[in-house]
Amino acid sequence: MTLAISFKTMRLCAIAALAACSWLSAQAAELTVSAAASLSNAFKEMAPAFEAQHPGTKLLFNFAASDALLAQIARGAPVDVLATADQETMDKAEQQKLLQPGSRHNFVANSLVLVSPLQGGPQAKSLADLASPEFKRIALGKPEGVPAGRYAKAALESAKLWAAVEPKAVYAQNVRQALDYVARGEVEAGFVYATDAAVQKDKVKLLFSVPTQTPISYPIAAVAGSANAVDARKFIAYVLSPAGQAVLARYGFQQP
Amino acid sequence: MDAAWVPLLLSLKVAGCATLLNLFLGVGAGFALARYRFPGRDLLDAVLTLPMVLPPTVLGYYLLVLIGKKGPLGAWLFDHFGIQLIFTWQGAVIAATLVAFPLVLKSARAAFEGVDPQLERAARVLGLGEWAVFFRVSLPMAWRGILAGVLLAFARALGEFGATLMVAGSIPGRTQTLSVAVYEAVQAGQDDTANFLVLITSLTCILVLLSAGRLAPARPLA
Repeated sequence: MTLAISFKTMRLCAIAALAACSWLSAQAAELTVSAAASLSNAFKEMAPAFEAQHPGTKLLFNFAASDALLAQIARGAPVDVLATADQETMDKAEQQKLLQPGSRHNFVANSLVLVSPLQGGPQAKSLADLASPEFKRIALGKPEGVPAGRYAKAALESAKLWAAVEPKAVYAQNVRQALDYVARGEVEAGFVYATDAAVQKDKVKLLFSVPTQTPISYPIAAVAGSANAVDARKFIAYVLSPAGQAVLARYGFQQP
Repeated sequence: MDAAWVPLLLSLKVAGCATLLNLFLGVGAGFALARYRFPGRDLLDAVLTLPMVLPPTVLGYYLLVLIGKKGPLGAWLFDHFGIQLIFTWQGAVIAATLVAFPLVLKSARAAFEGVDPQLERAARVLGLGEWAVFFRVSLPMAWRGILAGVLLAFARALGEFGATLMVAGSIPGRTQTLSVAVYEAVQAGQDDTANFLVLITSLTCILVLLSAGRLAPARPLA
């Protein structure tokens, strides 16, 4: 008797779970955009306007370091649009045939800056100052996975300062985490984009902008496996449109 | 692949230190909760068990706010002793200790509650002091239950990820533990490294479980 009841209960639970799953997945026309962490504020602001222009399309964002986004797509993540913070990662995606041919466009440019905590952070006028013992810990994205970290490492290497900075390096999962480490005062300085520094103006101060070996320009492209290729191209067109560019400019991004 | 041994040794060091700390903290708190009645005992038990049910990210955030350079405890430590815990392996030990603590506490409390109070009373009548009663009667009788909890705590500390990543970060060779190194390798698309690290982790855990089975006798002798 008890056995029969428990089977019935289990079956009811299973049906309820299935119903919940199908309800969750029944949302039509979702567009998943994987974008570099530095784009999070600007892209989130674009969403309502784009969705209003394209009724029935729901934007889903996945923000992370560019290399992590590529790794997810290479393993078959259902992503429609990819926007990275460097050309290198997008080149890799293109080489692995993960993009729709002809859909790739550069849409913004950015610059690398050095920031320190607003209160009590040490002063620096050039990269050479980072060698001083005043700077105990320096945050940057891990170079093997975060474009901002790669730009920073390349800049330090060309200034012959990498050997001095490496022992002080605290590696972040993405550029926004490096920014957070500085904002919390856990590190004396950090390498972030100019647009990131502007987001936490009340907690970090901009020391100087760091000249990079390669100009920082962001590409965007539709992903080859996209189930929603038409909307993917529409979103890319929106990002490139004057309305999209205006939002990006408001967050400090420059023209590509 | 030499690089894989560095995070393994670091993980063992962090989990070992965390387990040692928990041995004292968990057994002490477990004994106190099992033997003494005081106002707020149930509330204290609930608060001390919280790390077991709270998401590690919540614990990581609490720690970050508490022992961070701007946190009350972190600022005090830094001003008086120049100690900074964030981004150090000691910070990882604190995170792992906190997360694994309830496992020792729960099993220690249950084990001490399972000791017949009559035996402790008899020992007192025979003239033993409170410390001697604890070390010669209560602890030996509760030992098996405590050991089970300690081994679970070690395994939990070895696998700690969320709070550790938030508090200690991921600095290769210094704070990048095994679980964090696996995450990093997968994020960077380095499947070879990930495969190797995952294999090492699994083998280590099997070894821990096997030695746990050997340490604890199958049945109590008495």
